[in-house]
Amino acid sequence: MSPSITTSSEANGNVSAATARAAAKAAVEAEKTGPQTITLAKALNTAMADAMHADPSVLVFGEDVGMLGGVFRITDGLTKTFGTSRCFDTPLAESGIVGMAVGMAMNGMRPVIEMQFDAFAYPAFEQIVSHVAKMHNRTKGAVKLPMVIRVPYAGGIGGVEHHCDSSEAYYAHTAGLKVFTPATVADGYRMLREAIDSDDPVMFMEPKKLYWSKDQVDLDALRAEHAANTERGTSSEGRAAVARPGTDATLIAYGPSVPTALAAAAAAAEEGRSLEVIDVRSIVPFDDETVCASVRKTGRAVVIAEAHGFASVASEIVARVQERCFHHLAAPIRRVTGFDVPYPAPKLEHYYLPGVDRILDAVDDLQWED
Amino acid sequence: MTISADHAAQQHAQQAAQQNPASDAVSKFGITVEDYMLPARHQIQMVGPDGTLNPHTEQGTQPGHEYSLPSEAELLAAYEQLVVGRRVNDQNSALVRQGRMAVYPSSHGQEACQVAAALCLAEGDWLFPTYRDSVAVMARGVDPVQTMTLFRGDWHGGYDPAKNKVGIQCTPLTTQLLHGVGVAHAAKLRGEDTVVLAMCGDGATSEGDFHEALNFAAVFHLPVVFFVQNNQYAISVPLAHQSVAPSLAHKAVGYGMAGERVDGNDIVALLAVLGRAVKLAREGSGPLLVEAHTYRMQAHTNADDATRYRQDSEVAEWVAKDPLSRMQTYLTDRGLLDDDRAARIAEKAEAVATQLREGLSEEVPVEPQDLFKYVFSTPTPQLKEQSAMLADELARDAASTAAASTATEAGK
Ligand SMILES: Cc1ncc(C[n+]2csc(CCOP(=O)(O)OP(=O)(O)O)c2C)c(N)n1
Ligand SMILES: [Mg+2]
Repeated sequence: MSPSITTSSEANGNVSAATARAAAKAAVEAEKTGPQTITLAKALNTAMADAMHADPSVLVFGEDVGMLGGVFRITDGLTKTFGTSRCFDTPLAESGIVGMAVGMAMNGMRPVIEMQFDAFAYPAFEQIVSHVAKMHNRTKGAVKLPMVIRVPYAGGIGGVEHHCDSSEAYYAHTAGLKVFTPATVADGYRMLREAIDSDDPVMFMEPKKLYWSKDQVDLDALRAEHAANTERGTSSEGRAAVARPGTDATLIAYGPSVPTALAAAAAAAEEGRSLEVIDVRSIVPFDDETVCASVRKTGRAVVIAEAHGFASVASEIVARVQERCFHHLAAPIRRVTGFDVPYPAPKLEHYYLPGVDRILDAVDDLQWED
Repeated sequence: MTISADHAAQQHAQQAAQQNPASDAVSKFGITVEDYMLPARHQIQMVGPDGTLNPHTEQGTQPGHEYSLPSEAELLAAYEQLVVGRRVNDQNSALVRQGRMAVYPSSHGQEACQVAAALCLAEGDWLFPTYRDSVAVMARGVDPVQTMTLFRGDWHGGYDPAKNKVGIQCTPLTTQLLHGVGVAHAAKLRGEDTVVLAMCGDGATSEGDFHEALNFAAVFHLPVVFFVQNNQYAISVPLAHQSVAPSLAHKAVGYGMAGERVDGNDIVALLAVLGRAVKLAREGSGPLLVEAHTYRMQAHTNADDATRYRQDSEVAEWVAKDPLSRMQTYLTDRGLLDDDRAARIAEKAEAVATQLREGLSEEVPVEPQDLFKYVFSTPTPQLKEQSAMLADELARDAASTAAASTATEAGK
């Protein structure tokens, strides 16, 4: 409908490097930055804006993402900057949003779509599981779906029901979906750019309780890092990070649980125990190497996640580590997860959420006496 | 492709023909199929914004759209509930500001729809509300404090749906419509004359479940009244971005059911239109769709900033069409409402507000073990284990708190 849109998706291999570089330069000039304190929300917002500047085929749409800037303001200003054909509101229908994104991705676009809350993505489950995840496989690679489905997820914000689900396991269990979840402000930028660059569909799980967490980051440096990675064909995709080095045991966490794990490690340090914290970052693909290297070193591990423990991502991590590190383990790997109950009402959520004490209890149980 | 035995298919077709609402209407009322199915050319309005009764010729007068004025008793009962509803909305919004409630999606400005939705039903009927419909839930007789439990944040619901025949307030949009269809279907199979009124918003009509619910109700010929409160917005998204249908009521036709549109700030018209819809449904005409034009006068919830997407002038236009003031003028002019009665009604509204203030200011202790108690009828072994783990944690917490305070005492 709009003449300003060209279908020059990188997936189809015809974005000229010069155009991309010029656009990236314009984006940098649009917002001069040095090291500054910004929120995760701002980092995500900047990642989308930069990607839209760099590639005209990147589109943002969903519920209330236009003029309102999304209920969490993650898409704030994108309609103003890029116009209503690049960032727009859809009718209120999640299956429609995802299904239309599939068609757009088939036809040269790179949709970055927003599900308003974790539990409101469920009407789109069929599109995600039956088509987004399978199109590439079904067509033997003839059709790529370079799309990102952004999902604000997990709890800790005192939200009423349906606003606090940890839904990552549904997607991780589905073959054909990448599942990313940033825990730091810098990773918010870095990982969303990489998700948008990905020629495969990405479920981008945003820990909503961290949206307003702040950190000192240098957006220019992150942009330069992204440009250099693009040039070299490298990225941080699929790699876990050591969020805090340690020697006695490994805490493995992702998304909203990373700050909790770091707090537990800090508390343990006061009691003379040195805990290493691994931020998983990418659930699919999973970085066995980094995680297992840490566990082989420490010999003990606790996996922390907000989601229910039964048949969960945490369970998968325990299984993988146990299979690979059995002879290095001094104790069975423990999980600290949400209980197997529906996510509780605001006044009860603190009993449900994995907290520092519960993590330290699990660490205490790692058979130190032997 | 449906493969069915010829015999069954024929039977089904015969049944459908017997139950075709349009042909029913034609034979019963002597009107055309179009007159029956299509909404009136204009929304039905009986009392205008200034509180005067429209001349009879300007009310619903098209064939199939004639409505009679509700009785005095009905009007007064409705007015009382309107006043209570407004007070409830404003009290709850105040409680949210004071931090005593987690969230409140107010129906301020939509009270006429709320009240009419509850009053048009008989005792044995069912109401299926959304998160926005707390006033309708209370008007149906559910305890106000129990209604607000969900929004206070103690539990995901606070009342027993079976008691007043009010479904749980649903947030996943339009999911409740299908539950309403199911309740109606079960009642029909048992030969009961239950009618279901199922509510949703304008934005929600875009969801897939809206389509499925209407089609199921029509195909199974069920006594369901779908009541859409078109308050012009779905959070920030105006109706124009949601649908380009001539009206939301027109959507009915595609499912083979009758649609009607009504001024959602005119409780007189609402009582007439919903009253007749419920009556038709009970008499076996199948489902109907009623769209009420109203306005969400406040933000979506306390967490929303409506100034980001709409003008104050637009809100002011709708303030002039307020459902309360119009009814007050109308009833006063008719001599039905004097100072005495107005004072008694205000007192009742105040009593409900007090009940909410008192009920919601109490720090009701939450019970952590409730987390595990209701997941299944009988807790699984795994849940018992987790419940014991939490109990142990809490006991150790209590012990260390006690020890700490003993130590402080001893240190004094
Ligand atoms: C399936 C689903 N998607 C998204 C939401 C988030 N949400 C809650 S209310 C709302 C707007 C609904 O608008 P409308 O149906 O017009 O009802 P109103 O709030 O105006 O009463 C949205 C998008 C939801 N509750 N459920
Ligand atoms: Mg609405």
